[in-house]
Amino acid sequence: MLAFTLQRLIQSVMVMLAVALIAFSMFRYVGDPVNGMLPENASSDERQELRTQLGLDAPVATQFIHFVGSAVKGEYGISYRNKRPVSDLITERLPATLELVFAAALFSLLMGVPMGIYTALHRKGFASNSMQIISLIGISVPTFVTGILLILIFSVWLNWLPSFGRGDVVFLGWWSTGFLTVSGLKSVVLPAVMLGLFQVTLIMRLVRAEMLETLRSDYVRFARARGLSNRAVHFGHAFRNTLMPVITIIGLQLGGMIAFAIITETVFQWPGMGLLFIQAVSFGDIPVMSAYLVLVSLVFVAINMIVDLLYFVIDPRLSIRAGRA
Amino acid sequence: MKLSLVTGITIAALALGISGASANTLRMADSSDIAALDPHSMTESNTIGFLNHIYEGVVRYNDQLKVEPALAESWEFIEPTRLRFKIRKGVKFHNGNDLTAQDVVASLQRASHESSPVKSNLPGLKSVEKVDQFTVDLVLKGPDPIVLNYLTNILILDKEWMTEHDALLPADIRGGTENFAVANANGTGPFILESRQPDARTVLVVNKNWWDTPKHNLTRIEFNPIASDATRIAALLSGELDFITPAPLQDIERINRAEGVSVIEGPSLRTIMLGMNFQDTLHNSNLTDKNPLQDLRVRKALQLAIDMELIRNKIMRKRSRNAALLVAPQVPGYKASLDIRPTASPEAAKALLKSAGYPSGFEVGLDCSNDRYVNDEEICQAITAMWARIGVKAQLTAQTKSKHFQKVLGGQSDIYMFGWATLPMLDTYSVMSAILHTPVDRMGAWNPGKYSNPEIDQLTAKVAVELDSVKRTEMMTEALTIARDEVALIPLHQQPLAWAIRDGVTLAVTPDNKPRLWYATVD
Repeated sequence: MLAFTLQRLIQSVMVMLAVALIAFSMFRYVGDPVNGMLPENASSDERQELRTQLGLDAPVATQFIHFVGSAVKGEYGISYRNKRPVSDLITERLPATLELVFAAALFSLLMGVPMGIYTALHRKGFASNSMQIISLIGISVPTFVTGILLILIFSVWLNWLPSFGRGDVVFLGWWSTGFLTVSGLKSVVLPAVMLGLFQVTLIMRLVRAEMLETLRSDYVRFARARGLSNRAVHFGHAFRNTLMPVITIIGLQLGGMIAFAIITETVFQWPGMGLLFIQAVSFGDIPVMSAYLVLVSLVFVAINMIVDLLYFVIDPRLSIRAGRA
Repeated sequence: MKLSLVTGITIAALALGISGASANTLRMADSSDIAALDPHSMTESNTIGFLNHIYEGVVRYNDQLKVEPALAESWEFIEPTRLRFKIRKGVKFHNGNDLTAQDVVASLQRASHESSPVKSNLPGLKSVEKVDQFTVDLVLKGPDPIVLNYLTNILILDKEWMTEHDALLPADIRGGTENFAVANANGTGPFILESRQPDARTVLVVNKNWWDTPKHNLTRIEFNPIASDATRIAALLSGELDFITPAPLQDIERINRAEGVSVIEGPSLRTIMLGMNFQDTLHNSNLTDKNPLQDLRVRKALQLAIDMELIRNKIMRKRSRNAALLVAPQVPGYKASLDIRPTASPEAAKALLKSAGYPSGFEVGLDCSNDRYVNDEEICQAITAMWARIGVKAQLTAQTKSKHFQKVLGGQSDIYMFGWATLPMLDTYSVMSAILHTPVDRMGAWNPGKYSNPEIDQLTAKVAVELDSVKRTEMMTEALTIARDEVALIPLHQQPLAWAIRDGVTLAVTPDNKPRLWYATVD
């Protein structure tokens, strides 16, 4: 177990280093941040001087080593555009993104799981077919179009929900939450629906397929033979067995949702990390971009590692194999 | 994480459930957030424009873009290189401190300090001296006719406050530390910073102790950045906002058709133009031994081939103003009688190319941004097509602004689009010194094609120190005429400026694209 964990840890560090290296070699293609930092009438000497002071004209390898060196110490530098420590900028925006992802995941579970069960149990029928069709639309329409449509319907026509922002937030220590105010709760609805729509379809189809699979298995047949009620068979036996893969997938999707929140955050001006990243890209704000990419890769690596370790706990075959090796 | 005072106040306000909405709140949205609260830490014009509600300079532009007294009551040139300001008495900073000569001295020293990112916006300043409690002398490097224009953009901070928070120097990312003034503000302006959440909302409340008589009736300004055009317009249409900037060109008619909102438009100072490579060879061409752009006939042909009327009608939806000069009509040096574009004529252009020895044209690179100016990429595509008709095959590269300007300023471009608003000096000298002057030292920073004309260089040197405004304007006009006749650059148009407001808001569009909300009223 320890050897397995160590091996995974080393792999994770390697992955993050690789991400950072790829990110760094790409930064030279995002353009020159210096032009945005100095007045238009700054001389070319002044531009060059700033470039040198920021280490932008150093070779990629030097910049990379410098970055890794300070990142290990937890220093990510000062944002070129916002002039504030990058770690502060990210901690400020982290709660917004995580709350959005949480709301979207909750929405997709609350919608996807019941729909999946229903369509598995009632394979034919109007409601079942409509859910299937609607889920197809949900998966094929680009998310930003869904977002704009949601705004048009619920903000402009119906005037029910705000079209942008996070509403009023309450600070619990450094964590800002929108879940404790009415305007905050209203604000999260549309972005969460937009971000979660794809997951609803995914979960619904996954639950449906797994349910159908389990319902055909011998042990459900035996359960029926024991004379258990439909309800007990469906939820006590079949559904419970479908949950395991669903939880795994959702866990893995969380990382994807944090990364995909970029689009949702741009459409709804949700003040999270994705919005920060997009602005950093257009300005060439290298400290912010690198810290964001490292953080996102950390999230992915961490989730993957937790899932791996969970498997290890659940599936004894893995530990036997690891023990032999 | 540090919690600033401002954040603390927000928490308190939220905890008590205070509702911020009141009758005279103006809720506005811009396409990008203000970069920082330190007015000497960057030169982004939307940030400076917004900070001008909190901070003020010794002088300011009024709604007609004329310089008028602000924190200074009056000024005079004691000597050509010594400018004396009488500081207004009884002005208080938002924290209650009095404005004195010390604050002005400390602020000007801060802005022009060696490590200041804005030092090039105050190039002529040698030193600042306090004469008495309410008198300040600016010692200039030489006679400087536009020092006041520069000073409109240099905002004044409280010395005591800066000392207390270790912010006597501007935010400088090279130092690797945060500056207190980046996330906090204490000015003298008509509005006081109440709270700020970056990328989400910045709230200002009215300063009841403002020294000037308010022309506005606002009690509160809520500033929201909304990057997505569609969302920004939707928020205006749904009544969540009172004022948005900018209103995208393609949506102007849709906004005007909607009930309760309308677009306000005005001419912009920003002239869009094409710069050219005057070196001996081109970067992207079939010709490797010579540069046809060095030939005046070729440059004339390129200009004649561009049908600006068509671009105005089809791409700019009749909202731009076609230009033959490098500056907008509001800028001193402009002369209407010179600002006449020759009618576009592919035939005449072809004939010129033929006489220059390129009857079948040539290949050339054309570089454009695709996210910096109004419809920049579309304009360049149209120009590419128009040049194709005279045989000039332009290889168009349209890319994001940070890449575009990196290439252009690196001198890697043959023909390149850029815009120039002459801000903050609002003067033709800006064009002469940055764009037309031969690149040397501080001059010609935006002349990567290395256009060079000794006559213009001489005029630039004279204009820089000429204090007689009539003579000075004449010389600037002369320089613009030379540039026009030589086709040093190809001016295209002044791009339109459009904001949108809900009914009941009164606000005028100012050509420098900085909303001045101390002139705004809401019902």
